[in-house]
Amino acid sequence: MENKVQLKINNLRKRFGTEVVLDGINLTVNKGEVVVVLGPSGCGKSTLLRCMNGLEAISEGEILLDGEKITAGSKEITKLRQKIGMVFQSYDLFPHKNILDNVTLAPIKVQKIPRKEAEERAEKLLRRVGLWKKRKAFPRELSGGQKQRAAIVRALCMNPEVMLFDEVTAALDPQMVREVLNVMLELAEGGMTMVIVTHEMQFARAVADKIIFLEKGKITEEAEPEEFFTNPKTETAKEFLQSFVYEKHKIQ
Amino acid sequence: MQDSGINVLFMGSNFLRLLEGLCVTLRISLISVILSIPLGIFFGIFMTLKNPFSKAISRIYLEFIRIMPQLVLLFIAYFGVTRAFGWSLSADVSATVVFVLWGTAEMGDLVRGALISIPKNQYDSAFALGMTKAQTFIHIVVPQTFRRLIPLTINLTTRMIKTTSLVVLIGITEVLKVGKQIIDANRFEYPSAALWVYGVIFLLYFLACWPISVMAKKLEKRWG
Ligand SMILES: Nc1ncnc2c1ncn2[C@@H]1O[C@H](COP(=O)(O)OP(=O)(O)OP(=O)(O)O)[C@@H](O)[C@H]1O
Ligand SMILES: [Mg+2]
Repeated sequence: MENKVQLKINNLRKRFGTEVVLDGINLTVNKGEVVVVLGPSGCGKSTLLRCMNGLEAISEGEILLDGEKITAGSKEITKLRQKIGMVFQSYDLFPHKNILDNVTLAPIKVQKIPRKEAEERAEKLLRRVGLWKKRKAFPRELSGGQKQRAAIVRALCMNPEVMLFDEVTAALDPQMVREVLNVMLELAEGGMTMVIVTHEMQFARAVADKIIFLEKGKITEEAEPEEFFTNPKTETAKEFLQSFVYEKHKIQ
Repeated sequence: MQDSGINVLFMGSNFLRLLEGLCVTLRISLISVILSIPLGIFFGIFMTLKNPFSKAISRIYLEFIRIMPQLVLLFIAYFGVTRAFGWSLSADVSATVVFVLWGTAEMGDLVRGALISIPKNQYDSAFALGMTKAQTFIHIVVPQTFRRLIPLTINLTTRMIKTTSLVVLIGITEVLKVGKQIIDANRFEYPSAALWVYGVIFLLYFLACWPISVMAKKLEKRWG
């Protein structure tokens, strides 16, 4: 596989006021690579993702997509964002539009492609995630899992080069987690470049080409999944992984 | 002779006069509503600006209008302004000015409420799809705000229609005043006229406001 660099982060620093939230992040994501970002709550995972598509302004360093610099609030940002799809924990579909309109809005208004073409694109994707029958439904009429699959399709309908996922299953009932993760696994197999924040360890292990462990805004480990899950190097990562293991006799 | 106050309604042009009185009320409210809505939209957007100066100004304006009873505002506009500046505003104009000032404040607050109730995530989702601020405003913010506002605006309209009856106190001949005149003119012949006249006025108000409020409920259910 060729190693074309898709996304490159150089020495990224992000402050909220005086609080340093991301502290010297260096990361390269190759085309077709799936990077999973793990770390304890508040370590800066969401912020890192939001910086990647310019939803947060960065304080220092640079983020390059295909060699083009991502700057929040710049003129080019809307162009660049079309290449980066993002899915959030709370789905955030547009409540006043049905599923089909949710999905085709941006292709029609932002990419200015004809409605018919947008709907063809949408049909293909909605069928793939089993939501074509629901295209006329409004978001409030769908289950959490269906909403999240629709939100993924909404992002995919822009034909992005990179997809960012921020804990997209964290708000779902357990039986709906699977249907969403399956869609993501399928995407990964299809060669989509993805950066995923998740608390589903099994899934992370299965889907990732590379695991990033964030601790207080710093990357403290970067490893292949097998390596990370069997042999984490830092204490925090060990503890973090241990927190997902339940052993009866250890609870007092 | 038996007192059948109901006759009063059909004597001469009494009923017509009541209707005319209602028209005066409705005209003042209608003009005020029509002016208040666009002004309120601007005021509402103005209130959401982050600028501390605009925030203070709008806060003071809103609180002032809310704290002052409409009656006091009416008196200030009608008697006070004439005294203070020597302008003599007609009763109609002062009433309209007061109701527009009031309507703009209330409408503005509704617009502000609808705007800030749109979650930040809606903006983020739109931006993440590559939409510009203008596109986000047009396709995401406006339609959602609009749906929330329609029933609220209709409610405000009915409130304004009802409150307009206060203008009787600055001498405008509207429905309540006509009613009072009819009652007074027939005080001795038909002592129960009051009951009938006020009953009809009640009915007229009801007929004016009821369809509006039914519509508001319907829209609220559809879009709520
Ligand atoms: N808009 C903001 N303003 C100020 N501080 C913020 C803001 N957003 C995030 N933070 C702070 O930045 C830090 C990192 O937040 P972030 O949401 O990126 O963490 P996270 O790793 O995604 O956590 P979680 O797993 O709970 O989602 C936290 O300390 C948080 O309080
Ligand atoms: Mg987060």
